[in-house]
Amino acid sequence: MDMPAPNPAILAKKARLVERLKQVLPDDAVISDEAETRAYECDALTAYRCPPLLAVLPSSTQEVSDILRICHEMGVPVVPRGSGTSLAGGALPTADSVILGVARMNAVIETDYDNRFIRVQTGRTNLSVTGAVEEEDFFYAPDPSSQLACAIAGNVAMNSGGAHCLKYGVTTNNLMGVTMVLMDGTVVEIGGGHLDAPGLDLLGVICGSEGQLGVVTEATLRILKKPEGARPVLIGYDSNEVAGACVSDIIKAGVLPVAIEFMDRPCIEACEAFAHAGYPMCEALLIVEVEGSPAEIDAQLGLIKQIARTHNPVELREARDADEAGRIWLGRKSAFGAMGQINDYMCLDGTIPVSSLPFVLRRIGEMSKEFGLGVANVFHAGDGNMHPLILFDANKPGDLELCEAFGAEILKLCVEAGGCLTGEHGVGIEKRDLMTHQYAPADLEAQMAVKDVFDPAWLLNPAKVFPLAASETRRAVRLAAE
Amino acid sequence: MQAPRSEEELSDIVRSARGPLAIRGGGTRGLAVAGEVLETGGLSGISLYEPGALTLVARAGTPLAEIEAALAAEGQRLAFEVPDLRALLGTSGESTIGGVVATNASGPRRVSFFGACRDSLLGVRLVDGAGNIVKNGGRVMKNVTGYDLVKLMAGSHGTLGVLTEVSLKVLPRPEVAGVLSIEGLGVAEAVAAMSAALGTPWEVTAACHTDLGANDRPSTQLRIEGMEDSVTYRLGKLKAHLARFGEVETATSDRVDWPWFRDVARFAGGEEDVWRIHVKPSDAPGLVDRLPQGARVMLDWGGGLIWTAVAPGTDLRAELGAFVGHATRVRGTGGGIARFHPEPAPLAALAKGLRARFDPKGILNSGLMDTATWT
Ligand SMILES: Cc1cc2nc3c(=O)[nH]c(=O)nc-3n(C[C@H](O)[C@H](O)[C@H](O)COP(=O)(O)OP(=O)(O)OC[C@H]3O[C@@H](n4cnc5c(N)ncnc54)[C@H](O)[C@@H]3O)c2cc1C
Repeated sequence: MDMPAPNPAILAKKARLVERLKQVLPDDAVISDEAETRAYECDALTAYRCPPLLAVLPSSTQEVSDILRICHEMGVPVVPRGSGTSLAGGALPTADSVILGVARMNAVIETDYDNRFIRVQTGRTNLSVTGAVEEEDFFYAPDPSSQLACAIAGNVAMNSGGAHCLKYGVTTNNLMGVTMVLMDGTVVEIGGGHLDAPGLDLLGVICGSEGQLGVVTEATLRILKKPEGARPVLIGYDSNEVAGACVSDIIKAGVLPVAIEFMDRPCIEACEAFAHAGYPMCEALLIVEVEGSPAEIDAQLGLIKQIARTHNPVELREARDADEAGRIWLGRKSAFGAMGQINDYMCLDGTIPVSSLPFVLRRIGEMSKEFGLGVANVFHAGDGNMHPLILFDANKPGDLELCEAFGAEILKLCVEAGGCLTGEHGVGIEKRDLMTHQYAPADLEAQMAVKDVFDPAWLLNPAKVFPLAASETRRAVRLAAE
Repeated sequence: MQAPRSEEELSDIVRSARGPLAIRGGGTRGLAVAGEVLETGGLSGISLYEPGALTLVARAGTPLAEIEAALAAEGQRLAFEVPDLRALLGTSGESTIGGVVATNASGPRRVSFFGACRDSLLGVRLVDGAGNIVKNGGRVMKNVTGYDLVKLMAGSHGTLGVLTEVSLKVLPRPEVAGVLSIEGLGVAEAVAAMSAALGTPWEVTAACHTDLGANDRPSTQLRIEGMEDSVTYRLGKLKAHLARFGEVETATSDRVDWPWFRDVARFAGGEEDVWRIHVKPSDAPGLVDRLPQGARVMLDWGGGLIWTAVAPGTDLRAELGAFVGHATRVRGTGGGIARFHPEPAPLAALAKGLRARFDPKGILNSGLMDTATWT
């Protein structure tokens, strides 16, 4: 993956830029020392690193506005950053860019139980949003596995999902409003405590725009009352295909579980070693969770188990108590971390129609042999969002490249099956050059036209999402203006 | 009149158009715009329906009724409960799915986590104002590949492009609906009761109020849906929870949709102007107090949507003064004031910029969403 070469004219302006930023920010909010800027050289796609020109850590929307106005006037690109957990390189800087981190902006601004929303500054972590409303038994539904660390800022930018999105939707379905600062420093308020836009649905296009349209500083999020209870059931099969067929049948049957998660043997083994969840050792494991009162849970699980039995499971077990349920989920949510302790891996994120699960899983198995690299599968099966983890050895020359080539083939397969390149992690730099497999030039042009309107100078996170060749002339306008 | 039979033909028509085009699906919204009529009825038919993947793809001119029938045959439905506003607006014709999406038409169920039409919309194909064929999103439930133009198109009223195909998430139709009703509440109490219900774990999927119900008294109604035993259980819980608001009647029915509230049936046939006002539910009582004398009122979305019928020609926004939210005129002329709510200058500038990019000739339902701008 290439990044554009840094612009020497911008590098030469560093001292002047620091000076101007320090006029609007406290000294400790401007990080220009090379040793310290290293902390911002990458996100969770750690294979790609580059320290930024500087990093700034504003504490208010006003400070964000001042920073952007200055960078805009000086023609300096800005890369917004939440917690840096992006798996797509969304927060990867270039050497001539300023990292704008919102981590210091983590306050709860308003909690409104009557109207069922919370308003927070976007540096707040996902889990601590639920933490802020838990005393009243409310919760914020989207639950990425990274929820302990990732910020609402990144969730909004990536339109993040999670295990429980099958029922409650992803970030965009739970986002009611934002305060956002445009690249020229203009502060805009969109939406809030009321539903739906008066005119064009700008909120809809801002969510998932990967930090390219504006810096989101505050967000109004829908909160829900916690269900009376929830209980997962483990269903084990001796083949991936059969597990895939079972998922399809559950969905067709009209029960709507909150989550249907899938793990294959390599993942089961890694997660079991990590979390001691009591997973059965089998080829494919489903975790299906339903919610409600004890009687409602029994009724739904009864139906699900009946469907599962028609596929001859090797294991069919309900969590007995909250403690066991907790461990089952801990195992699942630690899957990436647990795999990471065993092997280097690259995590993919393609989505496919649920009906294609058996076929796509079989093809991935075949391709794994062709490429000579192992694959572990763990994913949100209910909505077809796959996370194949390709195992490789970062110290072995050529292995990363081989792994990337394999990954690209899997994602193309997802598109051919009627799906897409990324279901929740975003394009970033990682899938940027594959965009032409999903979208025709006119499709990309329409998306880039949106950026032209919000950020005419293409200064916000410019080298992401679109293939570099496709965005080149637009980025060049900015360089020419230097 | 133009009635293209394919996306390519549509693209040619738009590309070579010299004057404005008035895009028409079923014409059920009665939205008059200047220009040559462009009918979408030739782009019709369900192209893909996979009940096991909960997805349906249809060309934009497909009649809504055809889609609903196909879904019903598999025990499924569109989650967002599409309103039928023909009686309210005095129009005829057949709603098309393209028109539903272009107006982001969403009924009572929008108040729950099922969301609005835009939340069920997975993908679109469209022809922009320059004649380019553009696709965005797809037919899978989770998709963050590039910008979400899908949401941008929902509710854009044809001003950014002519939709040619939409893909939608569909859901199983529940067995039964349970209804709770309380009579005689004032608006403030009704909103409090609805908020209390929506803030429970019992998954209320509609919360509506009318100031004049069947028994000539105000009526507040709540709906829950699901498997019969579960509905019975939750009805009991909710009834006890709401006891402090008055006597709560409960009933169970296999009619899960609520056409009376959904279609604003109460205001059908009158001469008055009809408006919809979107607010934070707890602001609704205060706003209702500011409505002109004699205004009739219905609340949906737990108070988050106020439907009101006022004397013809009323400048409702002037009556209400400044408030957080927005008011849209749905029927009547409003004395010539803009149908859509004015936006703050920076947002109006963004919307204008987007229209200029998607419709450079300014020919797609030109002027339909124009508003005066706040300064
Ligand atoms: C172990 C692990 C598990 C994960 N599991 C999931 C999962 O289950 N589901 C899922 O969806 N994702 C998952 N992710 C991916 C990641 O956590 C999400 O993409 C998350 O939303 C990123 O949030 P962040 O605050 O870390 O953002 P960052 O990594 O800091 O940034 C992500 C993107 O957001 C932009 N951005 C940041 N702040 C702003 C702002 N204020 N305004 C505008 N743009 C901004 C950045 O420029 C960048 O493009 C996982 C990651 C890891 C490491």
